[in-house]
Amino acid sequence: MSGTEGYNFAYLDEQTKRMIRRAILKAVAVPGYQVPFASREMPLPYGWGTGGIQVTASVLGADDTLKVIDQGADDTTNAVSIRRFFARTAGVATTTRTAEATVIQTRHRVPETPLTGDQILVYQVPIPEPLRWLEPREAETRALHALGDYGVMQVELYEDIAIHGKIKRSYDYPVEVADRYMMSPSPIPKFDNPKLSDCPALQLFGAGREKRIYAIPPHTPVRSLDFEDHPFDIDHPGTPCALCGDTESFLDEIVTDDKGGRMFVCSDTDHCAERQAEAGHDA
Amino acid sequence: MTRDDALLSVRDLALDYGNGRGVRDVSFRLWPGEVLGIVGESGSGKTTLLKLLGGQLAPDAGTIHYRMAGGDMVDLNDLSEARRRHLGRTELAFVHQNPRDGLRLAVTAGGNVGERLMADGARHYGRIRAAALDWLERVEIEAGRVDDRPTTFSGGMQQRLQIARNLVSGPRLVLMDEPTGGLDVSVQARLLDLLRGLVADLGLTVVIVTHDLGVARLLAHRLMVMQGGRVIESGLTDQVLDDPREPYTQLLVSSVLAA
Ligand SMILES: Nc1ncnc2c1ncn2[C@@H]1O[C@H](COP(=O)(O)OP(=O)(O)OP(=O)(O)O)[C@@H](O)[C@H]1O
Ligand SMILES: [Mg+2]
Repeated sequence: MSGTEGYNFAYLDEQTKRMIRRAILKAVAVPGYQVPFASREMPLPYGWGTGGIQVTASVLGADDTLKVIDQGADDTTNAVSIRRFFARTAGVATTTRTAEATVIQTRHRVPETPLTGDQILVYQVPIPEPLRWLEPREAETRALHALGDYGVMQVELYEDIAIHGKIKRSYDYPVEVADRYMMSPSPIPKFDNPKLSDCPALQLFGAGREKRIYAIPPHTPVRSLDFEDHPFDIDHPGTPCALCGDTESFLDEIVTDDKGGRMFVCSDTDHCAERQAEAGHDA
Repeated sequence: MTRDDALLSVRDLALDYGNGRGVRDVSFRLWPGEVLGIVGESGSGKTTLLKLLGGQLAPDAGTIHYRMAGGDMVDLNDLSEARRRHLGRTELAFVHQNPRDGLRLAVTAGGNVGERLMADGARHYGRIRAAALDWLERVEIEAGRVDDRPTTFSGGMQQRLQIARNLVSGPRLVLMDEPTGGLDVSVQARLLDLLRGLVADLGLTVVIVTHDLGVARLLAHRLMVMQGGRVIESGLTDQVLDDPREPYTQLLVSSVLAA
């Protein structure tokens, strides 16, 4: 590969990768707990998933097949550059097919296709601390986590119901992992929250700017916070995808012309393409 | 009563901020249902003592033994952080002079009152809300204000909200720092009335700090007079106010009579 001589496999040097792997091991040992790590400068700006990239670089092997999703799509600039980055620095195979990938780095979505125990899902996380907006003091949020003192988040949800009649948060909806730590699932739609629980794949979360790694080990219970009389639920618009007809996947609304034309299509482009291909076969 | 009945037993408590100021040699006991007033001039150590009792400050020396709901006597300073915080949002209450220090200003009145319940594990919205409404009524705040933020409340209402937020968990010991300070006289009178009613109805055990000897006389069964960080006189309220032993207390009492 021209232009990558002098770089180590997957860009990061082995010592850095070992350091990150130690953080990952600790994160797996304490599900949902935010482990600090010495985040490195990456050749990408923050907000482009530098935390996810460092985690991916540390778990990637030469035999892996990488998929990168940005808001459900494989073809955005962000997804394409990260995929290209690892194709060049690690020489790994890449794919857009969820079922074929062994490592999937994602921003803002969980794939519709159920994951397996042979896969690792790496989330890009902008703000790892779910209590950040409620308690700006870092020492205090740490104490709240240490003591499992999460009443303040419940107050936040109470406020939603009092003012809006229901819990309004539609993404980055806080969860409790393994009956212990409160965790931000990253800005995925709450539609995806149920997929986090009892998932066969290892789920890793990397926040570059905030220097935190956390994890949900395979088959860990993950509960979305709620009230007994206002249980967590996901509201699907009920409209089928205009392209593949799926009535159960998460949809994006897209503008089709400049006359106010709109349609709803699957946010997960791989899932949608699969279904369209299948329909083509059947026809 | 014997020592064993005390809810709170404080011995030789001392804290120096590092500048020779703070409190020292403070010892007293407090029995269930008692209202203890702490009076003294500005800077005499009243707030410092209250913060020590509430666990917001750690003493340099001395002990604060507290009888838990289960009957066990524990030194508050030996408790783990987790137990101390738990106690702080269930059995203890702290009413700040400035309600803004004791309220969440960005949260509705209902959310403010419900917080201690939620912190203690309540997860039924309807019941939390019912408790909030009940407490708003008890502190004479209209039910219609339950979803309003405290920033839209008057000072007196904010203080009543702070009291509701503290009492909702049924605390066994209530610490109040100048709860009527900073309010207009007529608003003070109404709050005082409310406090008297709550103390009597709920049989609260209270330590109340006040500049205002009128407040002390109306609410407190016993008084401690502080000067320069020490308790220089203590006794039944009427005794201390009507027949002060110490020259300093005599001054304090007469200046109020003159006012
Ligand atoms: N954080 C601090 N650092 C240093 N000195 C302090 C601190 N807080 C209080 N002090 C000093 O300790 C003494 C007791 O203060 P404290 O606030 O307990 O008095 P107070 O009786 O509550 O007064 P006031 O009636 O004005 O509220 C005062 O001399 C005060 O200046
Ligand atoms: Mg004071």
